Amino acid sequence: MEETKLLDELGKTFPDKILETSSFLGDTAVVIVWDALLDIVNFLRKKPYEFNMLLDLTCVDYQGRSPRFEMVYHVFALAARKRLRIKLAVPDDQPVVDSLTPVWKNANWLEREVYDMFGIRFEGHPDLRRLFMYDGFEGHPLRKDYPLRKRQPLIPLRK
Amino acid sequence: MTGSFIYTKFNYLLGWARKFSLFHYPYVTACCGMEYMSTACAHFDIDRFGAGWTRFSPRQSDLLLVVGTICQKQAPVLKTVYDQMTEPKWVIAFGACAVSGGIYDNYAVVQGVDQIIPVDVYVPGCPPRPETVLDGLLKLQEKIQKQEHDWRWKKRNS
Repeated sequence: MEETKLLDELGKTFPDKILETSSFLGDTAVVIVWDALLDIVNFLRKKPYEFNMLLDLTCVDYQGRSPRFEMVYHVFALAARKRLRIKLAVPDDQPVVDSLTPVWKNANWLEREVYDMFGIRFEGHPDLRRLFMYDGFEGHPLRKDYPLRKRQPLIPLRK
Repeated sequence: MTGSFIYTKFNYLLGWARKFSLFHYPYVTACCGMEYMSTACAHFDIDRFGAGWTRFSPRQSDLLLVVGTICQKQAPVLKTVYDQMTEPKWVIAFGACAVSGGIYDNYAVVQGVDQIIPVDVYVPGCPPRPETVLDGLLKLQEKIQKQEHDWRWKKRNS
């Protein structure tokens, strides 16, 4: 299987950076350490793998667990038609991850969304502002500790 | 006695004229817009009730249709649109989201447009059938007919 070949190759190239791999029914995933993201992504972006498309980038809040946040990246190789999921745990004391904007342009807004919703900061991002919520909005609404009924209206409400 | 008779008749006439010449401004933000389009176009034909002329400028319209979800970020825009409309003006909250926030009970969505602007008729449904919308329009026309109308040479609050 080509997927297992890719995972083997990854394990050989970054022996101490890959924590866990899995491949099931074409659903290939790899868990990596926090500081190896840019190296691994640059490796995957180049030949022979050519993962030239970043499909999605998001974050998961596992409140009560340590490390609390986990970043998830979905990448796609157009020529080989292969998908790969990359996961990494974000350290609790400083929720900072390397920005993927230099590698894939569309990471720009996706990372802004994650910054807006989860408060993860991206090192090397050209313009890290909120994407969805307005200026003056406090907190990050998709964090599990954001109060369920907390409203922050922009204009005074009538009742 | 004669004066009040003329006043009543004039008021009735004004209400009759206004209820059949509603220029509406569709503030369409979500999927309810599809139902709005179907109501406004040939199949259900809102023009049968005299509200056929869609104005895409709030300054030229007197009926604001709030069609769809209004989020907190958008609330100031909707308020500005309402303030720009000239008197007399009426508002229909179109669909569950505009009426009450609908299923979106969260940080982002205004829980009903009546938290921002006064609403005359609430049209429920997710999204409402065009018949429901037309029924809401008839209810609004009834309301306009019964209202005490304000005209230029009548002093306000007198």
